[in-house]
Amino acid sequence: MARDVQRQVMSLDVNSERTELLLPVHKTLLEVLREDMQLTGTKHGCELGECGTCTVLVDGRPELSCLLLPLQLEGRAITTIEGMAAGSRLHPLQQAFAELGAAQCGYCTPGILLSAKSLLETNARPSRDEIREALAGNLCRCTGYVKILEAIELAAGRMA
Amino acid sequence: MTSNGKFGVIGKPLPRVDAVAKVTGRAVYADDMMLPRTLHCRILRSPHPHARIVSIDTSAARRMPGVLAVITGADLPIKFGILPVTQDERALEHEKVRYVGDPIAAVAATEEEIAAAACDAISVEYEVLEPVMSIEEALAEPKDERIQDYGGPHNIHKLVALEFGDVEGGFARADHVREDVFFFQGNTHLPMEQHSAIATYVDGRITLWSSTQVVHYVHRALSKVLELPMNRIRVIGAAHGGGFGGKTDPFAHEIIVCKLAMMTGRPVKCTLTREEVFYAHRGRHPVLMWVRTGVTSDGLITAMHFRTALDGGAYGSYGVASTFYTGALQTVTYDIPAYRFEGCRVFTNKPPCGPKRGHGTPQPRFALELHLEKIAHDIGVDPVDLKQRNFVKPMTRTVNWLRVTSCGLDECTERVMQASGFKRRVRRPGHGLGFAISTYLSGAGTAIYWNDMPHSEVQIKVDRGGVTAYCGAMDIGQGSDSVLATIVAEELGLHPADIRLVTADTDTTPIDLGSYSSRVTFMAGNAAIEAARKMRTILVDAVASKMACVPAAVAVGNGRIGDFTFEEASVLAEARFGTLTSAGSYTPPKIAGPYKGSGVGPSPAYSYSACVVDLDADARTGLVQVNKIWIAHDVGRAINPLLVEGQVEGSVYMGLGEALMEEQAFRKGLHKWPSMLEYKSPTFLDTPEVDTFIVETVDPEGPYGAKEAGQGPLLPVPPAVCSAVYDALGVWIDEVPVTPEKIVEALRRKEKGEPARYGPPRFPHIPYPPTIKVEPPPKKELDLAAPAAI
Repeated sequence: MARDVQRQVMSLDVNSERTELLLPVHKTLLEVLREDMQLTGTKHGCELGECGTCTVLVDGRPELSCLLLPLQLEGRAITTIEGMAAGSRLHPLQQAFAELGAAQCGYCTPGILLSAKSLLETNARPSRDEIREALAGNLCRCTGYVKILEAIELAAGRMA
Repeated sequence: MTSNGKFGVIGKPLPRVDAVAKVTGRAVYADDMMLPRTLHCRILRSPHPHARIVSIDTSAARRMPGVLAVITGADLPIKFGILPVTQDERALEHEKVRYVGDPIAAVAATEEEIAAAACDAISVEYEVLEPVMSIEEALAEPKDERIQDYGGPHNIHKLVALEFGDVEGGFARADHVREDVFFFQGNTHLPMEQHSAIATYVDGRITLWSSTQVVHYVHRALSKVLELPMNRIRVIGAAHGGGFGGKTDPFAHEIIVCKLAMMTGRPVKCTLTREEVFYAHRGRHPVLMWVRTGVTSDGLITAMHFRTALDGGAYGSYGVASTFYTGALQTVTYDIPAYRFEGCRVFTNKPPCGPKRGHGTPQPRFALELHLEKIAHDIGVDPVDLKQRNFVKPMTRTVNWLRVTSCGLDECTERVMQASGFKRRVRRPGHGLGFAISTYLSGAGTAIYWNDMPHSEVQIKVDRGGVTAYCGAMDIGQGSDSVLATIVAEELGLHPADIRLVTADTDTTPIDLGSYSSRVTFMAGNAAIEAARKMRTILVDAVASKMACVPAAVAVGNGRIGDFTFEEASVLAEARFGTLTSAGSYTPPKIAGPYKGSGVGPSPAYSYSACVVDLDADARTGLVQVNKIWIAHDVGRAINPLLVEGQVEGSVYMGLGEALMEEQAFRKGLHKWPSMLEYKSPTFLDTPEVDTFIVETVDPEGPYGAKEAGQGPLLPVPPAVCSAVYDALGVWIDEVPVTPEKIVEALRRKEKGEPARYGPPRFPHIPYPPTIKVEPPPKKELDLAAPAAI
């Protein structure tokens, strides 16, 4: 296609690793993570900001990576699911999700885990309604949400 | 099982075997794969619901830099389809399109954006035809040509008419007869993961990784359309991001990426957009239903006549089976002594419908449960009592020859009645409770294509203490890998984490027909038991020989076989017998009745569920707030209760979405809301607390007594919601989804003195064929060893 694509060198801080990439300016963070950085743990369900599947953390807050441009994110700390465990040691949320069967097909799981991580960092012992509110933007089709709520509560209890 | 008769790992709430891969983002889904030099594929789809293709010009697309191949229907002319009787699809259509979204051409390019731009550069000339958009239009003389060139009259696809027992006599001896009409709107699976497939062609062999529920059926379709022997094609199920029935057909994009990989000599990947997923569909059929039932003054059913009309969309898909399913399982919960079923599926210019969780049975279950409630109100019997009086009994055969083995309906009902306080509640305005029951198959008793081979096979290899189990079964998130590992571990005295699994790979694993019809735990589970017990015998024999004792004296459990560790035992056995392998298989019993169409409905065992919904309904706004759901599910035996609960909770959630909001609706052939924002599905905020009770009836043929859990618990939820709305406001909403508009309209009608109901006014005239009369099975004690057909 004879179209001029504007490219720019960008420096991204993902999971505490700094990477310099030459990127088309219109490429979304979701695409860059998956296609240019091989961080395929971040999934996509709609690429329109509707399902929450591609949630990552930017400076600790949940954001939809399909709606972000890396251009906006230089100097910001991005966390993906690959950055959640400490080496092979699971984050307490990951541990609780595994133990309680909160991941079935597992496709929405990375986004939900990161949303939950952000919640627990601002509210260590959320009520069930507060959890529902914080995760209302993350859809899951498998679990009926029950085991996810239980797992977040279990992790919160263990982290407190 | 250990020597003291207790289970080692069966029945324990253990984490899934793939839990860590999934919580760390390391499970590899099809779209996560990127082989070196992978090309991207995009598909050009029809913008018209019904049109003839006059010409396709791909020359401009072919000239674009970065485009490596462009194909049309002329490159893939052979038709395919999931059922042998309806081979009516092409990977790319070059003569006619039948719904918005029908694939026409495909491009492989170095970048996805280039492939998309090349699709835009393809020019297609259409002769637009009048679309057929409803059941009524499909039953009438077409304004232009018919959608398909088979079936009929008009746009009818399939007609069925069966009668079991003396229906006329049954109605004649009834004290009360009632007729009702219901409508169940279509809805879609909405898996979180879009369909995706990646193919590579090396050394004359195709390898396809796909997000599919059925590697074997994809394998067959590829062989047919690509004209390659099956031994040149390998289909591997990638980690699966949700199916619910929506990835159970072979799909155009799976065939297309293989063809493009063969043409370009490079790997080719295609991931559908979310909008394409809505049009790929194969979801819940919209079904219009009419039911007439006779009862005695005590509420015992004397006869039932059930009619269905399914809006099938543009192609056959599973539709013939879906049609039979709308009439098959009514008799599996209620003892109906005389039963007549007339079914009809029509073609319309909409995305094809197919199997969604419960395949063809949630719609009639919805109608049946509400219809019986209304009969109970008519004759002044408590609806719960009326249903209970008609429950089928275990170890019986239904009037349409379905074999019921274990049945926990009474216990399920008891559990939800007790927990919800259904019968001792205090009434308050706008508050309602609703009750419903259901059943579902533990695997279809017959394969999609006729053959006498096993439906599932498992191989086990043991080498220096390492155990690998091989099975074609596809884990779509329901946890079938974990079930297989648990069963093999149980028999060999190990832990599920000790078992390495190779699954869903047509080159390396023996057949399993796939993750549909709730068949995997039952069928692959039984195959795994057989394979594992053979391996156990080998290991025990070697150890007994070394210990100089009889095999029966060798205990297996806790990682030990007799006096040896499992690894030592495996070394002893390998030294004595050579390579240690074993195999097991499962073929369902031949229990279909002696009539045409009896292949849909039989299952080696049926699960049962009972449900109570508690809600508040606002008479002013029509808004429904579901407060809580109690569900009891007879799973036979919970091999892993954590997984069973997950399946039950997920089913309840999905049933609630269908009951209150999910709707696949079209305007001029276009989907009204093909996005995850506008297609409303329940969020964390919409989903109530769910209390799950597992009921274990220990089925005589299930693995350790297990039955299905993944589909049945969806079915009672929509009727229980409607029953609760009636309880709260005194109006019947005889169609789903139950939207606020429908409730407000029903209340308005009630106020005006019209029937307090919202629902379809009538059932259309359908030219059903002459009824095939089938003699019911003899009334006698069920003998599990005897086949049904005489």
